Amino acid sequence: MSDAAREATDDRARVRRLRPAIPARATRVASYFGSYGPPALLTLGGMGLWELIVRLAHVPEYLLPTPSEIAVDMKTDWPVLEPALLVTLREILLGFVISAAAGVGLAVLLHLFPVARRAVYPLLIGSQTIPIIVLAPILVILLGYGIMPKLIIVALICFFPIVVNGIDGLRSVDGELITMMRTLDASRWAILRRVEFPAALPSIFSGMRIAATFASIGAVFGEWSGSNQGLGYVMLAATPNLLTARIFAAIVCLTAIALTLFGAVSLLERIFVPWVPRGTPMT
Amino acid sequence: MAGTADALAIELREVAKTFGEVVALAGIDLSVPNQSRVGLVGPSGGGKTTLLHIIAGLLEADTGLVRVGDATSARQRLARCALMPQRDLLLPWRTALDNAAVALQNRGMPRAEARNRTRPLFERFGLASFENARPAQLSGGMRQRVSFLRTLMAGKDVLLLDEPFGALDSITRAQMQEWLLQAMDAVPRTVLLVTHDVEEALLLSRHVVVLSERPGRVVGIVDADHGFEGSRREIVTSPEFVTLKEQALEALGS
Repeated sequence: MSDAAREATDDRARVRRLRPAIPARATRVASYFGSYGPPALLTLGGMGLWELIVRLAHVPEYLLPTPSEIAVDMKTDWPVLEPALLVTLREILLGFVISAAAGVGLAVLLHLFPVARRAVYPLLIGSQTIPIIVLAPILVILLGYGIMPKLIIVALICFFPIVVNGIDGLRSVDGELITMMRTLDASRWAILRRVEFPAALPSIFSGMRIAATFASIGAVFGEWSGSNQGLGYVMLAATPNLLTARIFAAIVCLTAIALTLFGAVSLLERIFVPWVPRGTPMT
Repeated sequence: MAGTADALAIELREVAKTFGEVVALAGIDLSVPNQSRVGLVGPSGGGKTTLLHIIAGLLEADTGLVRVGDATSARQRLARCALMPQRDLLLPWRTALDNAAVALQNRGMPRAEARNRTRPLFERFGLASFENARPAQLSGGMRQRVSFLRTLMAGKDVLLLDEPFGALDSITRAQMQEWLLQAMDAVPRTVLLVTHDVEEALLLSRHVVVLSERPGRVVGIVDADHGFEGSRREIVTSPEFVTLKEQALEALGS
């Protein structure tokens, strides 16, 4: 039994080694710089170059503002931008949540009923050949200037990657795991809940991260097709007045929303999929 | 392998199975008495796993009789057998304890109660303090222990072990054989052990059934009801054990 005892000790050491140690402050800073440093430097460098060229070439602000002019405009135009940002944020968040719930729900249903999957899956793919944004004006005619047409556009755009990744994830399960569960008295529901769904979670989150980057496109197109508020509306209203810095400021706000949503989905993935080892954050 | 039909946990008569053109099993007869341990050795690809899947009710035989206890239909057999696969097949999203407790939860027991019922086995079988480790944090030997406890916790009359240590290195494998012997002595069940290792079969079971190459047929039975005492090394190197091993190898034709 001494061999077994020794093995147990070895295994305990192994668990300790594998358990992620809390890195010392210096290493943590270094690792954050390692993952965020290069893109941050590239962005700063690009903005510096932009600033330099626009200033040296004496490009007027209404044609192309410099990053510093955009920053100043963010501050002066904040009373206009803030309410618009909140409107668009609401459209994006609600649309995303609706499509995530509907997308995961449909993926599970189609997985449970293969006949339905064979019937619906080609239609789902086919629906992607319709540019969903051209539906925006039609939805505005049908539903008016309110939040509904924007939600529908955002949800339609986010829906597809979530459903397709969900179905693929649910089907990717190792068949031997299911056989094993069947010998352990698992019902269809138990297999779905304890094997297939957890196995599909990484895929589902991949779909949601793609959807998070698409969601802002849907909201802006919805607003361009007919609205009196939101960041898309601010951009539309600024164009004839040549308030170019304000348009750029609105773009900065949209980018911030998309990045935050992407970050939030990645964070949720870390919380709900802790068993998948990950490298650097946000990749 | 004497005994009346009532004392048989598993009974196979003329069981045959064909996949397309390939005859996997050509008329297998096998009797496993209640509470006994039977080893099944044979060359790779000889239909051993197919045979286990038929007994477990995961597959239906083309012809012949398959009986587990009083169950003959595949569905009833599935309810009476627990299968331990060669790969540990632990669920990576569950802790070791939750993996071992999964069969109880499948039967509708709340998670906390299932965990409480499983925990004593962890302490008893050398897994204490690993309850909350994820499978990725465990060594191969540890994972097979958890896999065996999961099979045990299913509470079935019949355990079907499909090359349980086939994927382990020889040192870990020897340790696991000792561990399994103790575990099986502590919790007696009817065990059918499939392996391609004659030594493992003789060490862990009382009767060893030798299967031929595909199409699988029973070509010999070695009774290893030796009651050997001592450490694994002493048993394996004893003259009696070596004689049994020679008998089995001869039946295998190697």
